Amino acid sequence: MTITEKILAAHAGKKQVEPGELINARVDLVLGNDITAPVAIREFEKIGVKDVFDRDRIALVPDHFTPNKDIKSAEQSKILRDFAKEHDLPHYYEVGRLGIEHCLLPEQGLVGPGDLVIGADSHTCTYGALGAFSTGVGSTDLAAAMALGETWLKVPESLKFEFEGELGPWVGGKDLILHTIGEIGVDGALYRAMEFTGSAIEGLSMDGRLSMCNMAIEAGGKSGIIAPDGITRGYVEGRCRRPYKFYASDAEAKYEKVYSYDVSRLEPQVAFPHLPENSRPLSGVGNVEIDQVVIGSCTNGRMEDLREAAKVLKGKKVHKNVRLIILPGTPEISLQAMQEGLFQIFVEAGGAVSTPTCGPCLGGHMGILAAGERCVATTNRNFVGRMGHPESEVYLSNPAVAAASAILGRIAGPGEVE
Amino acid sequence: MKLSGKVWKFGADVDTDAIIPARYLNTSDPQELAGHCMEDADPSFPARVRPGDIIVAGKNFGCGSSREHAPMAIKAAGVSCVIAGTFARIFYRNAFNIGLPIFESPEAAAEINEGDEVEVDAVSGLITDHTTGKTYRAAPVPPFMQQIIAAGGLIPYVAEKVRKDV
Repeated sequence: MTITEKILAAHAGKKQVEPGELINARVDLVLGNDITAPVAIREFEKIGVKDVFDRDRIALVPDHFTPNKDIKSAEQSKILRDFAKEHDLPHYYEVGRLGIEHCLLPEQGLVGPGDLVIGADSHTCTYGALGAFSTGVGSTDLAAAMALGETWLKVPESLKFEFEGELGPWVGGKDLILHTIGEIGVDGALYRAMEFTGSAIEGLSMDGRLSMCNMAIEAGGKSGIIAPDGITRGYVEGRCRRPYKFYASDAEAKYEKVYSYDVSRLEPQVAFPHLPENSRPLSGVGNVEIDQVVIGSCTNGRMEDLREAAKVLKGKKVHKNVRLIILPGTPEISLQAMQEGLFQIFVEAGGAVSTPTCGPCLGGHMGILAAGERCVATTNRNFVGRMGHPESEVYLSNPAVAAASAILGRIAGPGEVE
Repeated sequence: MKLSGKVWKFGADVDTDAIIPARYLNTSDPQELAGHCMEDADPSFPARVRPGDIIVAGKNFGCGSSREHAPMAIKAAGVSCVIAGTFARIFYRNAFNIGLPIFESPEAAAEINEGDEVEVDAVSGLITDHTTGKTYRAAPVPPFMQQIIAAGGLIPYVAEKVRKDV
């Protein structure tokens, strides 16, 4: 079996599962945010159970429109707050303590290797980086899981992606996944589990792995997963609050398809509007002038991302035509970045540093684009109108490219600012 | 059950931001959401869509976010069903969970035109384009999804299960 099949079998109480099989699986953690949880709570109330299945296994993170941008969004957040109080949920996160959900939950040790997690947020697939099966669902599925502690799942076929070679400078997990989506398309992994393997993955930090698995959904994937190893152990030891288990695919595991890439010469990637599959190597970008740069999000709002951006921005100034917005993923990341002097670098360069929020990534607030404006963002989607006006444009990149672009006022690589 | 109406045709990879832009997600009221349904793809849609109308689109309909507000907005706008080449995974689940009928047929998605009068037999999956006279057969709905539909959505299905367990 594949690692995905093993985790699913274990949570369905079975020795073995096959792709296509429908299972009822026990969930280790469920999560919702200020957009999806209000609907889930409304539906939960209709089921006719008094209590949630396990108050320790529900995470509510109001991260999208917070600190609340208007009265309506405040009313939505209040639904989560009231529900968390009523059910005495320990993993409700209030402004000041909350982070972007997919940065926060791994950091706080709420998810671990071998877990089965569903979340009413499409980027729940992020936790595959820890060797967990983790997938996005809608609000109604969240409601049912909050009541039952289980969910129905179809065992997916697995696609194996082998990345061989040593990554060049300024090339990381974001570039690997943008390149992959460019190769297979935004529905290239529809309904499938994407298993990332190879020497380039073994050498990838946990932050880089989280960026990669985060965007499995942008290829239509049900989940992304990386087999746990020493890097995983280093990350979860002393952090994970529950016992965890390392799974690995068998040598004879069956894959629907195997993709092999030599990534030793891979350049930083930039995805052009309006689909993540429109990725190009940096050298093929041409002259694209920009108005805004956003560094952050559940894709690239972690320590390593901020360090990379700071390395490029240190002692430099943001271009006069550009607004640079930096969104650290969690309060812990903010503190660490402050201690390391990164905030000073950002502010001295002329960047704006925000409290953790999804904010502009989904066109919510904190950096919305006007018609005709262009933004380089380390986020995950560049759909029409994603960050504001339907006639604005979003280009996806890694943090180093975003930082260099902020300095030069056009899409550029860090090599050009040195 | 027969679903019939005029077709609104969209292309491939219609994402959830096109179906309901995130700037309107500070509410979860279905009627309010319906007022902005598909507006970034076709600004005239919310005002001109009529009860029973059918959305026909290419592959990977509903890709992107997990927001259930997307099928909710389509349903509240009065759209009777969506026919697409394929559906993105989370949208597929969400549509069944909230009782929005959806049908997969790459042929129908390719050939049916904007403005055609189309009828769908929700049980058999037979799609008839009355404008062209052509018929199509949608991919069969998996048995488990049929149970959810029969129960009236996932919540009634789960509520029934909870009642039986007590």
